Amino acid sequence: MANALHIVVCAGIVPDPLQTLEPVTGPTGPGLKNEMVLPAVLDPWAACALYEAAALAAKNPGSKLWLVSLGPKAKLQQVMMTVAQKVPLELVPIDGPIGGFPDAHSTAAVLAETIAALPGLDKTTLLLFGGWESATRGAGVTLQLVGERLGITDQFQGVDQIDLRDDGSFEVLERVEGGKHQLSVCAGAPAVLGWATGNLAEPRNNPQVGMSNMRTIMPALQKARAAKLDANGLSYVSVSLPKQQRTTRVVKDLTPDEIAAELVAWIGAE
Amino acid sequence: MENLLVLTHADETGSALTRASLETVTAGLELAARLSAPLTIGIVAADSTSAAAALASTGARLLAVSGEAFSQARYATDAAAVEALCRAANATIVLAPGSSRFTRVAAGVAHRLSGFVDTHITSLGGADTIEASRWFYRQRIEAVVSRNVRPWFLLLDAGTHTAFAGASGTAKIEEVAVQLPALRTTVSGFRAPQQDQQTIRPDAKMLLVAGAGWTKKQPDGQIHAAEAGELILGFLGATGASLGSSKSLVDQGGEGNSVLPFLTHLNQIGQTGSTPRHAKGLSTCCHGEEPHVVGWRFIADRRAISLDPNCGWTRGKADVVYVADAFPVMAKVNALLEAAKA
Repeated sequence: MANALHIVVCAGIVPDPLQTLEPVTGPTGPGLKNEMVLPAVLDPWAACALYEAAALAAKNPGSKLWLVSLGPKAKLQQVMMTVAQKVPLELVPIDGPIGGFPDAHSTAAVLAETIAALPGLDKTTLLLFGGWESATRGAGVTLQLVGERLGITDQFQGVDQIDLRDDGSFEVLERVEGGKHQLSVCAGAPAVLGWATGNLAEPRNNPQVGMSNMRTIMPALQKARAAKLDANGLSYVSVSLPKQQRTTRVVKDLTPDEIAAELVAWIGAE
Repeated sequence: MENLLVLTHADETGSALTRASLETVTAGLELAARLSAPLTIGIVAADSTSAAAALASTGARLLAVSGEAFSQARYATDAAAVEALCRAANATIVLAPGSSRFTRVAAGVAHRLSGFVDTHITSLGGADTIEASRWFYRQRIEAVVSRNVRPWFLLLDAGTHTAFAGASGTAKIEEVAVQLPALRTTVSGFRAPQQDQQTIRPDAKMLLVAGAGWTKKQPDGQIHAAEAGELILGFLGATGASLGSSKSLVDQGGEGNSVLPFLTHLNQIGQTGSTPRHAKGLSTCCHGEEPHVVGWRFIADRRAISLDPNCGWTRGKADVVYVADAFPVMAKVNALLEAAKA
């Protein structure tokens, strides 16, 4: 029980990557066209964080895992129907706006306030997990801001691996430039870990885990508090789709030798 | 009036500035000139002397945080250093390179200073104000943002400005004292493939992306993963290209399928991977759907080899698509490149 951890995973929901996205401007600022009807998934890197957290909790008996997620209740419920079947968790939903355009500082303030108020949370054993960047705003700042607000000054971003030692300290691999990892050793919790891909495959759906999770998820969703996000002086001058559409030349009738010759000439051309 | 601070840091030598830092200096000089604002440059390094000398010709005020504690990237020390530099400069606008080192701490420092941060900035515009361009939804939507609150931290993506290259000279440095917190993290070093096995080369002119088709069954009904690996590595060796991969190909290792052993998640390009900057990109055995192609946003000249004439690349995402089997084509490409070298 020496390494029983309290792991809080912050994870948003994002449009399914295969969906076509079109920006629109409404009375509250930019958003996505038909945003509320686009199929949503758990943010990919945050999902990696969730699976790593669950694996870590399973290896350390007595640990507890919370999933804190901010989004419209209806969308959270839809996404949780799948996520809940993956790993045992306690959902802490916050009813708020969806998408990448709200300010990250406001999002972080709401998340930090919620985490600080979690019943039974021991901050001395807290590992705060999340994706190092979201697939919406992609700023890579929210988790860091939450950590600062909670007073955690051991933070790691782009994490691909954590090895917890018996004494509670851990080794962590962070992505740095040039395809390398920085290896650090931290004395132990509390710490913030913004995950990249990690090393774990997506867990298979487990209906038993799903049924167990849903017993607490549905009441939590019903009781989710509403959060309003301030703009913090952020304004959007323009929001648009990239205009560049290439005129593709499709080559169907060349032999491998001819294609290779053309490619080698292209590679050598400056 | 704005008060502009450019943050820089040393590379692994501990004294020379990183290329991304020098690019940010260029951006700072341009912005300071446009806004007629005073410019301060802050340096975080084990030894800031040579870094400061390289910046002497900027004419900017130079602040530095130096010492062994700052030779390595670590949240507690870097956040304290950057906070001290910002307070010493009394900056309203802070420009910093979007390096792993500063990306790790910039938001935290902004919070300590009651400021705000925006990252992945690709350009700075505006007339009397500052308007910053950045991408949302993994390079699928572009926006121009502004803030009327200060201090405002802006982290610039690498490759968006030319690196500053002024004459070296004698510079006056103001050392800034930093009160360090108790340190609980020790940086042990780096893990990377051996030099000749490193397939991620950010400075390469060309990107080769390998898709899942390389490890699918070929016309003879067999999988030729070993041959695929040889072809890909042969191309990288002949051209010096950087290697990217689709998520599906990297994931195959975790699913017990044939894999290319030199690929890791670090090679991933796209929705859950990186968005590198190279002049040219060649996609092989990848279907070119949106989750992959969002990682190609900053690849200027794009070609693809695909067996599918209706693949995503043909829908305005590549300049040229060769409808062909990549195995014989890449074998011949490698042979021609080797012959040219000989």
